[in-house]
Amino acid sequence: MNTANNILMEVNNLKVHFNIKSDNAWPWEKGQALKAVDGVNLTIYEGETLGVVGESGCGKSTLARALLRLVPITEGNVVWLGQDLTDLDKKQMRSKRQELQMIFQDPLASLDPRMTVGDIIAEPLKTFRPELSKEEVKAQVRAMMDRVGLLPNVINRYPHEFSGGQCQRIGIARALILKPKLVVCDEPVSALDVSIQAQVVNLLKELQAEMGLSLVFIAHDLSVVKHISDRVLVMYLGNAVELASKRSLYENPQHPYTKALLSAVPVPDPRAERGKKIQLLTGDLPSPISPPSGCVFRTRCPHANEGCAQQKPILQAISSEHQVGCSRLAELP
Amino acid sequence: MSLSSKKNLLEVNNLRVNFRTPDGFVTAVNDLNFTLAQGETLGIVGESGSGKSQTAFALMGLLAGNGVIEGEARFNEQNILTLNEKAMNRIRSKEIAMIFQDPMTSLNPYMKVGKQLMEVLMLHKGMSKAEAFEASVKMLDAVKMPEARKRMNMYPHEFSGGMRQRVMIAMALLCQPKLLIADEPTTALDVTVQAQILTLLNELKDDFNTSIIMITHDLGVVAGLCDKVLVMYAGQTMEYGTAEDVFYRPTHPYTQGLLKAIPRLDSNDEKLSTIPGNPPNLLHMPSGCPFQARCEFAKERCGESMPLLEEYAPGQLRACHKSVDGWVA
Repeated sequence: MNTANNILMEVNNLKVHFNIKSDNAWPWEKGQALKAVDGVNLTIYEGETLGVVGESGCGKSTLARALLRLVPITEGNVVWLGQDLTDLDKKQMRSKRQELQMIFQDPLASLDPRMTVGDIIAEPLKTFRPELSKEEVKAQVRAMMDRVGLLPNVINRYPHEFSGGQCQRIGIARALILKPKLVVCDEPVSALDVSIQAQVVNLLKELQAEMGLSLVFIAHDLSVVKHISDRVLVMYLGNAVELASKRSLYENPQHPYTKALLSAVPVPDPRAERGKKIQLLTGDLPSPISPPSGCVFRTRCPHANEGCAQQKPILQAISSEHQVGCSRLAELP
Repeated sequence: MSLSSKKNLLEVNNLRVNFRTPDGFVTAVNDLNFTLAQGETLGIVGESGSGKSQTAFALMGLLAGNGVIEGEARFNEQNILTLNEKAMNRIRSKEIAMIFQDPMTSLNPYMKVGKQLMEVLMLHKGMSKAEAFEASVKMLDAVKMPEARKRMNMYPHEFSGGMRQRVMIAMALLCQPKLLIADEPTTALDVTVQAQILTLLNELKDDFNTSIIMITHDLGVVAGLCDKVLVMYAGQTMEYGTAEDVFYRPTHPYTQGLLKAIPRLDSNDEKLSTIPGNPPNLLHMPSGCPFQARCEFAKERCGESMPLLEEYAPGQLRACHKSVDGWVA
């Protein structure tokens, strides 16, 4: 990856906390903070793909939404091309959304069932480019449909008439029609079948190269992330535990959680799969309402000691392209 | 046609599942044949709509009301497809048990987990409440549920996804069934939890000598667990053989395409090879091979007739007009 690239987005100490009240709480009782994202720092460069992996409840989707200010940000900021997005009012933020788009996980649920494919893809254009004539909009929509592999004769059909993979193509067309700079993809292929998944992943890669897009690619599937990303961020319980170039992360994982995660991925190779040693994690994910003190992973970490409960580790660079958040890194086997 | 010389626990012959729908007859499973010996694990692989789950439902007698079954499934020499509800109830859970994909919707949310477990034992084994309680705790321990005794008194919503799936597995194993049908048991779970559950299933296989039918879309899961693999597409068997053969020497274009299309942790390919197009609509099935429209080798012949599932090497079956070495002129 070329780090000399321009910085598109900088995320500083981002925290997203939700106020949770139990069902039987009295109205005057204060709720508890659910720490969905708890202090994440990262930089997104022009033209790169940043993969974000982690298990359910690790805060990866909340992080994605926070990047586009789709959830209220509790603390920290998101700087987009030198401008702090958290300072913007609603109207200013709306105009920024032309440059920041999102592709959602559930392809069918993210499309309005009462709009035709043509209307869905044209809507961003109608909103942000009201000066365009009807013919121009139509021409752009057709060009975009062609680009994502939708036949022109489906323009008047409704989302329910399409398969999951095709719905995702519609979602991609809608996100890209304004030629954004950054597209946040929240598990875009996890609802798709294997053979369709490969089509969509290849399409995203092609479009990225063609349009110079930056992608934030959120997924729980480490194999897909490995395939599409330049750099990968591993999250656990709202915290970034490891951030590295793809090569460095997959060949030389450092954090005990990343190691466990990688060893757990089943490989379609019977001999390798039967011979391999899986580092099983014990126990369950702790509650994000009362995360463990210090390092959040210490309750399931095979290498944790008393020191881990004292201080929260921060991401430390071990090389120019590899950062790890573990205070016992030097002592680990 | 049997792949092993051991005595077969289950023999499925020409199983066909049709559904009457307002839009016409849909064939979800078309002429399925396989055998399973005691202690053996079969993986049924396929994408959505390939008929893999309906196969499981048909075997368990759980098909939707508009489903029609043809063919036979001999379990211990007895055709279980023609049994009445009462006779089937004696076999279900006692001889054949099933683990469902979504552990939340398959547990009763109104009942404590303990009661749901005990019910099985009291019904099938005629145990007293106290006996059933102890046996259930023991089984929860066996599936490595921490604080099993305390958990007996909890409701399903108080469990995490992985824990719920453990309850489902414990429930399925209570009567030590000879056959366990697992329908995508780890699809809803995270990879680290999936690894725990798969390790558990592997141990159970060794400890109880249970036969397992593992239904999944994840070839990685099959690789770690299964002895034999059956690849389905649009209701048809495409390829059937040992795991070694199917993974290292796949001969059907669909299996080959599928194996190439998955992004793998153990390779560095920049571009994924894809299978173009979409699976056919089961309501409007093309004549001939269902895969022809997406197959790079398809010829005229493929549109004319469905190839037969034939044994081309000992224990390896495939349904394709193209021979293993290519087209014969």
